[in-house]
Amino acid sequence: MSTATQTRDAVVEVEGLTTRLGGRVVHDHIEFSVARGETFSIIGGSGSGKTTLLRTLIGLRSPSEGRVRILGHDLLTATRGTQQDIRRRWGVLFQGGALFSALSLFDNVAVPLRELHLLDEGVIRDLVMSKLDLVGLAADDAAKLPSELSGGMVKRAALARSLALDPELLFLDEPTSGLDPVAAAGFQALVRQLRRELSLTVVMVTHDLDTLAALSDRVAALAEGRLIAVGTLAEVRQSDHPFIHEYFASERGRLPSPTASEA
Amino acid sequence: MREPIPPTLEVVARAEGARWVVLDGDWRVEALCSRLPAIERQLAHLGEHQGLWWDLERVTALDSVAAALLWKYWRGARPPGLTVQPEHEAFFERLGRVPLVEAPSRRPATEVLVQLGQRALDFLGHLLRVLELFGQLVFDVLRALRRPSWAPCQDFSAALYRSGTTALPITALVGFLIGVVLSYLSAQQLRTFGANIFIVDLLGISILRELGPLLAAILVAGRSGSSITAQIGVMRLTQELDALAAMGISRTFRLVLPRVIALAVALPLLVLWTDALALAGGILAAQQELGVGFRLFLDKLPDAVPISNLWLGLVKGVVFGGLIGLVACHFGLRVEPNTRSLGAGTTRSVVVAITLVIVADAIFAIVTSRVGLP
Repeated sequence: MSTATQTRDAVVEVEGLTTRLGGRVVHDHIEFSVARGETFSIIGGSGSGKTTLLRTLIGLRSPSEGRVRILGHDLLTATRGTQQDIRRRWGVLFQGGALFSALSLFDNVAVPLRELHLLDEGVIRDLVMSKLDLVGLAADDAAKLPSELSGGMVKRAALARSLALDPELLFLDEPTSGLDPVAAAGFQALVRQLRRELSLTVVMVTHDLDTLAALSDRVAALAEGRLIAVGTLAEVRQSDHPFIHEYFASERGRLPSPTASEA
Repeated sequence: MREPIPPTLEVVARAEGARWVVLDGDWRVEALCSRLPAIERQLAHLGEHQGLWWDLERVTALDSVAAALLWKYWRGARPPGLTVQPEHEAFFERLGRVPLVEAPSRRPATEVLVQLGQRALDFLGHLLRVLELFGQLVFDVLRALRRPSWAPCQDFSAALYRSGTTALPITALVGFLIGVVLSYLSAQQLRTFGANIFIVDLLGISILRELGPLLAAILVAGRSGSSITAQIGVMRLTQELDALAAMGISRTFRLVLPRVIALAVALPLLVLWTDALALAGGILAAQQELGVGFRLFLDKLPDAVPISNLWLGLVKGVVFGGLIGLVACHFGLRVEPNTRSLGAGTTRSVVVAITLVIVADAIFAIVTSRVGLP
């Protein structure tokens, strides 16, 4: 595979991505790539097309122009088998969790495992329980329905589901939105620990400056349909684009956060 | 991305006479997929032996699925002699913490008698709730009459359009076809007795009194009943009902009242429309089969069928419409915030609405047995 050699270290590559939604250009020739093991954050104001970008990356919508390559493959041109293989190697955490509301927490996490049609129920039980343990959920919670869980638990359960098959690549859409600061800090610690343990590559869309500071290796700022700055958090903050100024100015009035210093 | 290295395991004798199982290759789900039966056979065989030492240090990759698979053949315990790469240690630690409980099941087994009792209580509960909803509806109607400018008129007109106007084509088609079929079949019998002209009595009474209202009600129960239940049910899922309650807006006043009243208004009109088209279909077939012409049929109709049959049909329409609306709203409000409950609620709503319509029709038949029949 010639493509595989070119892109040995880039897990996600985006070239000239353009998205038009109802005549409006949401993304205008966006280019970036995410290296293996890196945590890459996408920031931007509400309606700047962050979530649309994430949906394009995971193939839920096709770009109007340009290419997206994940793990060395273009999802649009890959064969069905390759597509399936790639989808098995990534995990996606949706903003609202997107747990199946009719299934218990246990069954939610078991869905990707059962979908392999390979493992018996005993192994699935062990795996699900160890994943729940991994994200810090108790065995007693396993029988609960998603509607009986708190917001933080839903996020954890959804994370457990996205980690069910030990993905190499994890997409997080607003992982800490709707969580209180304690739960959010707990979630950040969890993602950090998982990155260490599972050598994950993480692509994250977030609003939350704390999460951004705590987790990101590199940050991309999306505004007016373009990536106006890409780099480490410190580099992006140096940018003199008015959006960046406004965005980080909102942090000025806040208390210095202990997690920010760790990044 | 590299091609997976096939996972292997072999038994080696090492120093001190210990027998080691040495694992090599990619112990990952992608690599395991195709070779799983063979590997499981090997593992099952090895699992029977005691005192084997396990060497996992040479594997090129290990994921949690492979770890759980090994764990199964180790019978849920860490073998005494086990060496693993430090980064894989966490998998086995975590598996060791898995409590030895069965996978949770949400369906506790209950006895038949208990189930029967639960069903009965369930039924009573629904009955009470529907009654409660009806009572609330009466209060809401009074409230709307007292302050007409506050009444949810826009919701009412939208509901009227959705459940009435948009139902015109389907009720027309079904009504027309039933009229044709009924007339055609009756014609075969009437011709035998030379009683051709009685087709007017037969069609007039059966359509105006029974078939028109029933057909329209069943179609509307399927169309609007399910849509109302699903709509209100999704409002529960998306917390819109909670939002209404938090704003102090009565859900019965804003959601139930306009829909029930709209159905009670729309259904008699649909009954009239279905009657007309069924009669039209009947006349067409009568003309073909019996030579009873259009003019003759319409001239004879008022004499053959007392007008009270039409009124009875329309009253049935009002009652059926109200019933369908009430049942649909009730099941919509009872939906729990999960998709299965939404599906079950919608099904029950339609089934119960149609059943109730037929029960109500039977009651009408008994109560009005002296009305409108020659």
